[in-house]
Amino acid sequence: MKQRLFVLHRADNVGTALDDLEKGPVAIIGEYDLKETECVESVKFGHKMALEDLPAGAEIRKNNVVIARAFKAIQSGQMVHLHNIESQFDERASTLDTDTGAPTDEDVYQ
Amino acid sequence: MTNNKNLLKATWQGYLRPDGRKGIRNLVLVVYTVECASFVAHAIAHGEEDTHVIGFPGCYDNAYAIRIMLALARHPNVGAVLAVGLGCEYTQPKRIAEVVRESGRPAESYFIQDHGGTTSSIDKGKEIVRRFRQEIASVPRVEMGLADLTIGSECGGSDATSGLAGNPVVGRLYDYLVDAGGTAIFEEVVELISLKDVLQSRGKDEAVRQQLGATYDKAMQYCKDVRQWSTAPGNYAGGLSTIEEKSLGAYAKSGTRPIQGVIRVSEQPKSNGVWLLDSVPDEHFMQFGYTNPNDSEGIIDLISTGAQIILFVTGRGSVIGSPVAPLIKVTGNSRTYKKMENDMDFDAGRILSGEQTLDESALELLQLVVEVASGRPSKPEALGHREFFIPYKYQHTPSLESGCRA
Repeated sequence: MKQRLFVLHRADNVGTALDDLEKGPVAIIGEYDLKETECVESVKFGHKMALEDLPAGAEIRKNNVVIARAFKAIQSGQMVHLHNIESQFDERASTLDTDTGAPTDEDVYQ
Repeated sequence: MTNNKNLLKATWQGYLRPDGRKGIRNLVLVVYTVECASFVAHAIAHGEEDTHVIGFPGCYDNAYAIRIMLALARHPNVGAVLAVGLGCEYTQPKRIAEVVRESGRPAESYFIQDHGGTTSSIDKGKEIVRRFRQEIASVPRVEMGLADLTIGSECGGSDATSGLAGNPVVGRLYDYLVDAGGTAIFEEVVELISLKDVLQSRGKDEAVRQQLGATYDKAMQYCKDVRQWSTAPGNYAGGLSTIEEKSLGAYAKSGTRPIQGVIRVSEQPKSNGVWLLDSVPDEHFMQFGYTNPNDSEGIIDLISTGAQIILFVTGRGSVIGSPVAPLIKVTGNSRTYKKMENDMDFDAGRILSGEQTLDESALELLQLVVEVASGRPSKPEALGHREFFIPYKYQHTPSLESGCRA
């Protein structure tokens, strides 16, 4: 079965992986003009993939709502998560472990 | 697929309360008024049929917490109440029992210090609970349908599937419920971040739109003040990257029908339709902590509005339940469903694999809601999960403040 990416709105620049994506062609499901795109690195189930090249500072749109800003350039087909985008409000999120989401800023455990 | 028209007109036998509201369970509720009485309260309920426990841990009283306990004690699913205190605390079991008796339900109270300690207090409590169970066995039964239901919804342990499947299925179910004359309550204003315009546009008139805007602004300010946004490590591990993204998904569970207004914790909705529950603290000389302490807190807030059933959407998986109103656990993540099938009631992930449409999934969930309303225990209910959390908080609630002090 072909690996799938779900896109919620025509104006979005990210989609959500419905499978564990590997490098290669990806079928787009949902409201988007393209029916297929290319994944360039592993993107885990539920995580986001860029649908276009995004410069640093770009607004990240999902369901036509700005959900974050890129703090570094992201290539089309790359995974989009804590390692390259950040909330417009929540500063602590940027300090979390990009893989597990666990906090890294508390020294209380020492 | 089940016949939609029959499903939307489904009826079952409920319990008629003196205020005219209808319950889907006939519970005895044991209420403790300080942490020191919690062991005895739980021991009283242990092993007794349809007997649940709630309580407040603080010794110094809190109007918000008292209002929640009174709302739960007079909930349509509750038939009788036993309030148990230690004897030193500010919160008065006797006052709770009086208010409950005024609602037409049997209620009693006592202090443990007046009855010799642990063993004799448990014996006394069990004797009262058993007497209450016999008394409320004769509560009048009454026909109920979707129009008599208030359903609350909450999400916890969200992942990317929650916004794509779990919450949209609840949203579609809400549309069916509201069209059938029922009442839908959603909350978590702190998970509507960046959606002020969308939220406001759902208000039924200009006054409600203003109310929704003010409620949003208050939540936003509170998050900024306490520097905490309603996300957790599991959300990020599940693919959500920001509070804005999580909010998109959380909002989806409210469906599409007009919002009738905003209620606060322990207030009852004034009519049927969709209502937003504001559980964010109001300004007070004491700051009462973070916005969403845990899922159980939000679930109790929803039950305090009279919701007889709660739909709990969890992408990552969860093993909580609730006292007073059964919790139905919905996941949009089929992997989670398979891993935790003993805990999960419903797999909405089938809409992501293409096995079901959103509409088919919502109607199948509605069928489950009707069965639970008819008496079938939800999975957490059958497992005996009764988690709850009632914190110190301040909310300005003029309609409820007579007789309470902050």
